[in-house]
Amino acid sequence: MTDETQSVIVAQELTKGFRGILAVDHLSFEVRSGEIFGLVGPDGAGKTTTLRMLAGILPPDEGTASVSGFNVARDPEGAKHCLSYMPQRFGLYEDLTVDENIRFYADLFGAKKAERQERSAQLLRAAGMQEFRQRLAGKLSGGMKQKLGLVCALIHRPKVLLLDEPTTGVDPVSRRDFWRILYELISEGVAILASTAYLDEAERCHRVALLHQGKLLFSDTPANLKAKLGKGVLSITSSEPRRLRAQLEPADGISSLVLTGDGLHVVVDDAARRIPEFEAQLKHGHVPFDAIQQVAPTIEDLFVDAVTSGASPHA
Amino acid sequence: MPEDNNSVVIEDLVKRFGDFVAVDQINLEIRKGEVFGFLGPNGAGKSTTIRMLCGLLTPTSGRARVAGHDVGREPEAVRQNIGYMSQKFSLYNDLTVIENIRLFAGLYSVPANQLQARIEWALEMANLKGQENLMTGTLPGGWKQRLALGCAVLHRPPIIFLDEPTSGVDPISRRRFWDLIHHMAEEGVTVFVTTHYMEEAEYCNRLALIFRGKIVARGTPSELKRNSMEGELLLVECQPLGTAVEVLQTAPRVIDAAVFGNALHLVVRDAAAAVPEVTKYLSDRGIAVGRIEKIRPSLEDVFVSLTTARDAGKERTA
Repeated sequence: MTDETQSVIVAQELTKGFRGILAVDHLSFEVRSGEIFGLVGPDGAGKTTTLRMLAGILPPDEGTASVSGFNVARDPEGAKHCLSYMPQRFGLYEDLTVDENIRFYADLFGAKKAERQERSAQLLRAAGMQEFRQRLAGKLSGGMKQKLGLVCALIHRPKVLLLDEPTTGVDPVSRRDFWRILYELISEGVAILASTAYLDEAERCHRVALLHQGKLLFSDTPANLKAKLGKGVLSITSSEPRRLRAQLEPADGISSLVLTGDGLHVVVDDAARRIPEFEAQLKHGHVPFDAIQQVAPTIEDLFVDAVTSGASPHA
Repeated sequence: MPEDNNSVVIEDLVKRFGDFVAVDQINLEIRKGEVFGFLGPNGAGKSTTIRMLCGLLTPTSGRARVAGHDVGREPEAVRQNIGYMSQKFSLYNDLTVIENIRLFAGLYSVPANQLQARIEWALEMANLKGQENLMTGTLPGGWKQRLALGCAVLHRPPIIFLDEPTSGVDPISRRRFWDLIHHMAEEGVTVFVTTHYMEEAEYCNRLALIFRGKIVARGTPSELKRNSMEGELLLVECQPLGTAVEVLQTAPRVIDAAVFGNALHLVVRDAAAAVPEVTKYLSDRGIAVGRIEKIRPSLEDVFVSLTTARDAGKERTA
């Protein structure tokens, strides 16, 4: 079956416990070649443990992890040749220059000598770092360090890339550069599994798995997940958000209501029906507000809905 | 006195390090009880500004008053009037909950006759009653966050600085945390937030964006989304994305093109005119366009647009 041959990363019922707590609980998903798959969830959801099991650093209690057809537990060496794993703190040598770090990792990963020069130039260009080749890694900004880590992790052209929260603490501009490099890798057929605690970053992935307390809440493309929510999301701006909340809190049909800096973000059962009702209610209460807009649900809305409604997790 | 309603007043504030102007004549007023977000890329002057506001760094020129005290002349008084909480540095993991609270009460010189009441208050607020002897390192993220906040405001400062307070926390705990922050603001505490995390910026009443030492935009989150983007945002579904993004770099009306998940995000001049033009431009080059529509920019789009537009020519190429 074509679908299976394309799945480069396969997690099957992966399970790992620490001191009696299941950090990862029967987790299954597959990542295809040329795909960016997001492992999304808050701290403690099991993201790092999952990546470590896939990287062959941590043996699973149950289930299997395979990469490029190699069972990671039984044939770690085979798997290691195909994958690159970038942990949250990638081991850059701060007292070596950018070029020296790249050379070090090229040796470590056994990158072909003939290709190194070209590969390194290509990656540094994509990262916008050509001008910094002689700079000490310790003198780079946080975003630059992350990009250098990525360059080092990619120097031997791995088929599988495992990234653990690569953009945490990175400013939005560097974050965007980082994603641009990932998108370029897709055309080389690399399969990318990236974890993130930023739920909005999930929107950049082709497919995502949302994790909560070691369990899979759901997995699909962001667009399909949003279509499946079956609820409407409203954004209401106001110069007096607190009064706005007080007025609407008792209204019918609301499953979630969040006070933001300049308004409310409300999840309702039926947007078409509730918009005129809310408008009437706010006018009646003399609360100033801009138009009530229906907006696309965020991944956070989906996450909160799944966790609070207690809906049974499904793949 | 205008200061009655303003908790932070910054006038022509400048900080130079040698030839480098880290903070370049910024002006800001933050009202009492406001949740204010201060955004900017790394190296933009954000941390330098905050260090001056906390009385840790003397301004080169201009002035800033925090809770009525001049940061240059009365740094001690400023420090007694602020609380600080950061995601990275806040609590000692190998102390218990109560030990952390007592430690911070000592650091902030909470008067002995108020100590017990403040400890009770902090435990109540953090929802940690009965958990006093738990090791802090073992607490779930959301609890730790609330404990850190409680410790940062034990001495009842009128102003609190928060640095990425909820990154990595699950969304339900995060919402609870921000409710708490808004509740404190309602009681008159001024909240000064710095973050790279646009989901946090959405919780601020007002935002200012600093870039290369200058304030380049300010307003409520929705004002920024409405008014400060250079151009408008289009979502374009087409295949193959990689080729499309390349050819669009030089297309008319296109200011910026980037892959975003399964689609493209284009920043264009005049979205209504750009929709048919971009569709034709792509189909002339053999790329079929599916959905193409104008979308509301996120704060992140605004941030990226404002901090890269000024780099035109540099850094813009893929």
